[in-house]
Amino acid sequence: MNIDKKIATRQSYGEKLAELGEKNDNIIVFDADLAGATKTSIFKKAFPNRFFDMGIAEQDMMSTAAGMSTFGKIPYVSTFAMFAAGRAYDQIRNSICYPNLNVKICATHSGITVGEDGATHQMLEDISLMRGLPNMTVISTSDDTQTRWAVEEISKIQGPVYLRLCRLDTPIIYEENEKFEIGKAVQIGEGTAATVFATGVVVQEAIKAKEELETKGINIRVVDVHTIKPIDKDMIIKCAKETEKLISIEDHSVIGGLGTAISEVLTDLCPTKLIKMGINDTFGQSGKAQDLLEYYGLTKDSIIEKIM
Amino acid sequence: MKIKDIKELKRISNNVRIGIIDSVYNAKSGHPGGSLSIADILTVLYFNQMHIDEKNPHSLDRDRLVLSKGHCAPALYSVLAERGFFSKEELTTLRHLGSKLQGHPDMKNIPGVDMSTGSLGQGLSAANGMALASKLDKRGVRVYCIIGDGELEEGQIWEAAMTASHYKLDNLCVIVDNNNLQIDGKVNEVMNIYPIDEKFRSFGFEVINIDGHNIPEIITAFETAKKVKGKPTVIVANTIKGKGISFMEDNGDWHGKAPNEEQYKIAIDELKSKI
Repeated sequence: MNIDKKIATRQSYGEKLAELGEKNDNIIVFDADLAGATKTSIFKKAFPNRFFDMGIAEQDMMSTAAGMSTFGKIPYVSTFAMFAAGRAYDQIRNSICYPNLNVKICATHSGITVGEDGATHQMLEDISLMRGLPNMTVISTSDDTQTRWAVEEISKIQGPVYLRLCRLDTPIIYEENEKFEIGKAVQIGEGTAATVFATGVVVQEAIKAKEELETKGINIRVVDVHTIKPIDKDMIIKCAKETEKLISIEDHSVIGGLGTAISEVLTDLCPTKLIKMGINDTFGQSGKAQDLLEYYGLTKDSIIEKIM
Repeated sequence: MKIKDIKELKRISNNVRIGIIDSVYNAKSGHPGGSLSIADILTVLYFNQMHIDEKNPHSLDRDRLVLSKGHCAPALYSVLAERGFFSKEELTTLRHLGSKLQGHPDMKNIPGVDMSTGSLGQGLSAANGMALASKLDKRGVRVYCIIGDGELEEGQIWEAAMTASHYKLDNLCVIVDNNNLQIDGKVNEVMNIYPIDEKFRSFGFEVINIDGHNIPEIITAFETAKKVKGKPTVIVANTIKGKGISFMEDNGDWHGKAPNEEQYKIAIDELKSKI
């Protein structure tokens, strides 16, 4: 993990999207007056004819993208997670998922790490909402390398995708040539004292916890669950069998998110206790992203506390 | 197939109405009122206006229709069956378990259905997306979107109206089925949406007011819409809910219920007497 060079996954998304636009004429981008913040502005500058600003009208944007996709186009639709998964839920459900249309919803500014904007903009329920939808693939990336991979990979699969991205600058975890696969979680380390399943912006905290625990002679593993749906059942069962303790951590509500998805697998296939770390059924508040992670107990120190 | 003979189009629209009554009767549920009010418009679209091929329902260059008022699926299914997209016998399977004819249009399983709809207010946006895509690829596709007058109460319709105008979608033609009734009563009493024409005009649309049951008027309106450049067109069709069945006409009770056996026989007799 390179902690000196930090980049937000929204930035990686914007840069990779413009690259992808060069390779594939069918890529169309929609945004709802947030192109500067979601970083689709990079694509807009490169391919103005394939970029559509829909104004502050997210519901219209989702259904328009649905119609566009029926012509063989691959719409990438961006806004903040709150206004994608939240405001336009019905449109995503009925106009995109029910007909299984090829729309890629790339939602930035997810979770508590949105920071200063506070509760109305901190989307903590989107994984829960999106993974409940039939036909939907849900991806939540943890760093620059993984995000760049995901942005291109989702263009190759047919059907709707929800890609969850973040505002906070985070370290680069993976080497440029790291290989990923949709539906296959990434195991970091072989430790057996505990497994920390993490997704998105807090994977770095889990890795920091792992490194610090190693200095104390405690060996754990981190599992980066970048695909939340379909979830990697084999990895979950393997870790349940191989490690003494299971923990999940996410910048999302503990209701319906990564932890819930893992516990669904565990209850069905390998009953095991899981400690769920996340936002505990409450709204967020304004503050600096890092301070909020500390306040809500989503840092390496909280993870270490749960393990020791 | 382009049928120009008005008598023949009237005969077909009567058949479409028979299909609506047959399917809703067999389903024992569904929405006959608003289906009957768009039967003439759909007949003109599918037999006189749209470039479509029932043998090649997925052709990218076909014209599209989005039935944004998706609960009026019986009318769409009936006209599609009449045109040969699937057999008319299938109409009686509407809403039955295992049937492809879902209660609301399902584009994945029903040949000829261009967009899945049902949650009101979303169809116009989808139609805009299609019209934009056609323009991007210079396909020359025309996109039609039928919305209900009660549906105009959905905010997304006006988001989409802005989009259609902003992107100058002159290959889009919206039809408002203005039968003045919604489930809870008269549209102007439940939530007044009038004046419809002035609203759309102020959003940048070309507006055409017609009698939605007068076939020559419907044809003329669609022909006029094709000549409009640089902006979308809306045809505000003055219609009668339940049109064609004496006891259903202008009667809100028939928004969403099926006729019983006796009512079914009267309805079918009335329609057959017109052939």
